[in-house]
Amino acid sequence: MHEEHRDDTGTKIGMWLFIFTELLLFGGLFIVYSVYRYLHPTAFHLAAEELDVFVGTLNTIILLISSATIAMSITAIQKGSKKLALALLGATIFLALIFMVNKYFEWGVKFEKGLYPGSFQLAELGHGDTLFWGLYFFMTGLHAIHIIIGIIIIGFMMFYIWKDQITSDNFVFLENSGLYWHLVDIIWIFLFPLFYLIT
Amino acid sequence: MEHNDKPHIVSYKTYGLVLLALIVLTVLSVAITSIDLGPLTITGALVLASLKTILVLMIFMHLKFDNRMFTFMFIFVLFSIVSIIIITFLDYLYR
Repeated sequence: MHEEHRDDTGTKIGMWLFIFTELLLFGGLFIVYSVYRYLHPTAFHLAAEELDVFVGTLNTIILLISSATIAMSITAIQKGSKKLALALLGATIFLALIFMVNKYFEWGVKFEKGLYPGSFQLAELGHGDTLFWGLYFFMTGLHAIHIIIGIIIIGFMMFYIWKDQITSDNFVFLENSGLYWHLVDIIWIFLFPLFYLIT
Repeated sequence: MEHNDKPHIVSYKTYGLVLLALIVLTVLSVAITSIDLGPLTITGALVLASLKTILVLMIFMHLKFDNRMFTFMFIFVLFSIVSIIIITFLDYLYR
């Protein structure tokens, strides 16, 4: 067997550069949110009270646990325990799905109340509310798309581990998937207080 | 030769403890924002969120164990974002 050409540090630099673009994307959205919050304090205060702190807290904890399980899967693969790594990644996907189910019900309640972009109700409530709910759906929606992409990526990682293409001496792709998943976690760490907690 | 640095194996226990700390900080941020502290509420929530982020970056994302270059790159990007936030708010607060 010939030695394959590989540069793990280079691969990781690429992943970090991608993460930086994501941070700038969400950073920009956080600035938009803060500025509009500053311009419409009362509307944002009243609108934020509509959000369910319990569901938000639950989803935060679910995402934190999923971050820990994917981090542990790297330790498992480094130690050569393939089955444990697969189980931990399976748990990560399972937790991500629960997060999405919660999100589905959470959004459903808002839709029932007529709080969605373009609704008659929002048009009557005025500028501040329109901005709050527009940003709420856009930012949590963009985050949810990242979760869905993450589930697909982790699925691929499980396939590669199962096929022995990710092993104890070649796991940089699993590490990069972990970095992506932690990024999604960090974004939620800031979305949660900004939307649910600060009212 | 291409396989670079020796990988650092982080123990399951370390990850478990960090997870515990993250959950405690989450509960703490919920508790702190449920009492009315005025403008301090926002500060408190954001400080706790930053602490959580530092834990995730250092341990889960391996910045503490990896090549220092990654940390420097991250600090540079963070500095850029914070500068943009400060400049935007200087504009809005004093226009």
